[in-house]
Amino acid sequence: MLSNYAIIAILTIGGLIFAAAAMLISRIFQPRKQYSKKTDTYECGFETKGSSWMSFRSSYFVYALVYLIFEVEVIFLYPWAVEFKMLGLFAIVEMIIFFTLLIAAFLFAWKEGAFKWY
Amino acid sequence: MRTQTYKINLGPQHPSTHGVLHVVLEIDGETIVGSETNIGYLHRGIEKLAENKKYPQVIPYTDRLDYLAGMSNNLLYVQTVEKMLGTEVPERASYIRVIIAELMRIANHMVGIGIYIMDLGAVTGVFYPFIQREHILDLFSKLCGSRMTFNYMRIGGVAVDIDEDFIRGTEIFLDQLPKMLHEYHTLVDENEIFLSRTKNIGKISKSQAESFGLTGPNLRASGLGYDLRKVAPYEVYDRFDFNIPVAYNGDCFDRYIVRMQEVEESIKIIRQAMAQLPQGEIKAKLPRIIKPEAGDCYHQAENPKGILGCYLVSDGTPKPYRVHFRRPSFNNISIFDEVAIGHKIADFIAIMASFDFVLGEVDA
Amino acid sequence: MEFLDNIFLYGTSIIRSIITWIGFDPAITNMIMAAVYTVAILVICTLVALFYVLYERKLAGFIQYRPGPNKLGPFGLFQTVADAVKLLTKEDIVPRNADKALHFLAPLFVFIPPILALGAIPFGNKLVAVDLNIGMLYILAVTSLSTIPFFLAGWSSNNKYTMLGAMRAVSQKISYEIPVIFSVLAITMIAGSLNMSEVVGMQGKLWFVFVQPLSFLIFFIAGIAETNRAPFDLPEGESELTAGYLTEYSGMKWALFFLAEYCSMFVFSAMATTLFLGGWLGPVLPGWMWFVLKVHVLMTVIIWIRWTFPRIRVDKLLEFNWKILIPASILNIFATGIGVYLFNNFF
Repeated sequence: MLSNYAIIAILTIGGLIFAAAAMLISRIFQPRKQYSKKTDTYECGFETKGSSWMSFRSSYFVYALVYLIFEVEVIFLYPWAVEFKMLGLFAIVEMIIFFTLLIAAFLFAWKEGAFKWY
Repeated sequence: MRTQTYKINLGPQHPSTHGVLHVVLEIDGETIVGSETNIGYLHRGIEKLAENKKYPQVIPYTDRLDYLAGMSNNLLYVQTVEKMLGTEVPERASYIRVIIAELMRIANHMVGIGIYIMDLGAVTGVFYPFIQREHILDLFSKLCGSRMTFNYMRIGGVAVDIDEDFIRGTEIFLDQLPKMLHEYHTLVDENEIFLSRTKNIGKISKSQAESFGLTGPNLRASGLGYDLRKVAPYEVYDRFDFNIPVAYNGDCFDRYIVRMQEVEESIKIIRQAMAQLPQGEIKAKLPRIIKPEAGDCYHQAENPKGILGCYLVSDGTPKPYRVHFRRPSFNNISIFDEVAIGHKIADFIAIMASFDFVLGEVDA
Repeated sequence: MEFLDNIFLYGTSIIRSIITWIGFDPAITNMIMAAVYTVAILVICTLVALFYVLYERKLAGFIQYRPGPNKLGPFGLFQTVADAVKLLTKEDIVPRNADKALHFLAPLFVFIPPILALGAIPFGNKLVAVDLNIGMLYILAVTSLSTIPFFLAGWSSNNKYTMLGAMRAVSQKISYEIPVIFSVLAITMIAGSLNMSEVVGMQGKLWFVFVQPLSFLIFFIAGIAETNRAPFDLPEGESELTAGYLTEYSGMKWALFFLAEYCSMFVFSAMATTLFLGGWLGPVLPGWMWFVLKVHVLMTVIIWIRWTFPRIRVDKLLEFNWKILIPASILNIFATGIGVYLFNNFF
């Protein structure tokens, strides 16, 4: 079992090496003539006004929060789904209770305007 | 929490500013709260250049105004000079001019519609209309040897007569065009995403459209059926039976659909004109050197993008004293700053594309 | 037939016996074999990217009444090779104001999620690098990692366009994750297993796409959104954000993002094939060939969709997810639950 995860570790390293090797090879062949105009921030040919790292209205934030709730629930749901056939009626009742809560939270977030993109 | 807004430059080097328009958008999230349109990156001083050319020599410069509708610009300019001289154009030439101008209108709308759908993200949408435009450009290049800068209209007529080949080619083209239009309608009009991107986006009311001086399809999409071909017919437009398509919502979808319908009307006009085409001269007799009497003259015509006007001042010499063009795109885009507010960035792209403007004309 | 079916398994067992013959002990042999699998998966990734870049361009050309690439080699076959060489020799430009470390890390990470996912996907009977017993959950977990490089890329560039692209990428990817998870959950309930190979084995009589059509539809739509393909290619949205999160990338770094997109498309198609279309199962042809064929059909559909539809707007995209797809997928789980219960107890 543990060796399975060792393979995954090797896969991860493989992915890293692949990207790194590609960049390294490219480094050998590419020209390097950098001057200040070239390294400007691209904004359709104009100088950018100010940094883009400021307290900008980042709409994805609320989505991320709601997503987190769903993700955590899903972790609980998978064992339940695997054993669904064994559990019988109990699973159905559990499902109804679980999802009622989830839907309630979901509707609350909806009502609060969480799913609005600015 | 208080958040700051971005001031972001859209253009001049941006894929969907149709050239080199520069818009500074102030965005809060992705919602536009401020917009400032800057122009002038394609200014070539055509009006000033024209002052140092003889009257016929100005014609090629007009090709470069709205470079997607060169023929129509040619036509408007020569009409203005003719008006100044008081020249009568032979009937055959007038018919040819109408046929050419309407073909040009179809070609222009094909680009407008194609680029519109491409800016919305459907790249395939650009190719179907462009194939049709290619047919027209082939016809034109056989006629006058050029695909974009035609220099075909002449003061008092046209440069060359159209022949059997041209007429047959046009007929073949017109026969297959409705099929493509139908295909395009089914591909685009019924697409849910397209509808959601265009319906109720960039709404312009009738009074707004009037006060900003919008013309052409953009005006007619806002519910005002003002078309010079009907209101003040020039050439032989009064002899044809055609409608002026009008839509009433003033949104991006209406501006698209008006263009599509205009193409159909243009087909009708060309068919009628070809059926009625008389024999005869193609050019009026004019002195070798054109010298209008001192004075001024304004003339306007319905170009594919709106009303193109030309104001000519003559001081009695062979060169115009002053030439000024009222360019429809220039007036049309003046409304951007007002319409943009409250929309998303993606909507602003849709609005820009739906206006079908050309920077060559905006900056002149 | 038997031989063709197991050709890759024979290949690996030959390599394994060579390694044992040299005299490594079993643990190290396993590690070396893992490296072999990794190389195989990387080769698959590269081939997939190279092939589908060309295929997409050819198909797009066909859709758009034009020949597509046709100058280099027969049918333009060497076009992607030429492109790769070009990208390899392009200068790598890092903006002055960028966070240089993160700007470098983003393309480094971008290939990891698809490679990790491909490791657990069975290409044929027993033809899988790691046959995890929680395969599905594992794949969902690693594919959700793919949000990170995109956000890194967008944020580190310190450019307003990339920033907007990054925000879009995050919100879109995490939002569409949920319907994907829920549609896979419905499959888990029917299959009663998280092991990919077992799920395929259960589809011998009937593919799950016929049992769970809604689930498949949701999975497919959400998958297109997950892989940033049109009509959901908002993070890039070239007509709006110039190139979205990729605006400040050039040369090989850009190419890595580009290739990773095709690989994640492949991963997603492979997942859909495994979960809904019976994986490697099929008559006559060898299993892996069936698998590739099914994946290819799905890829074709994705490419076809890309060249047909306009781009959806960002708020409509999220609205569609939260207000249609997620409720629909929850309802689907309800229906599946009741259906499975009734089927188990009364038939």
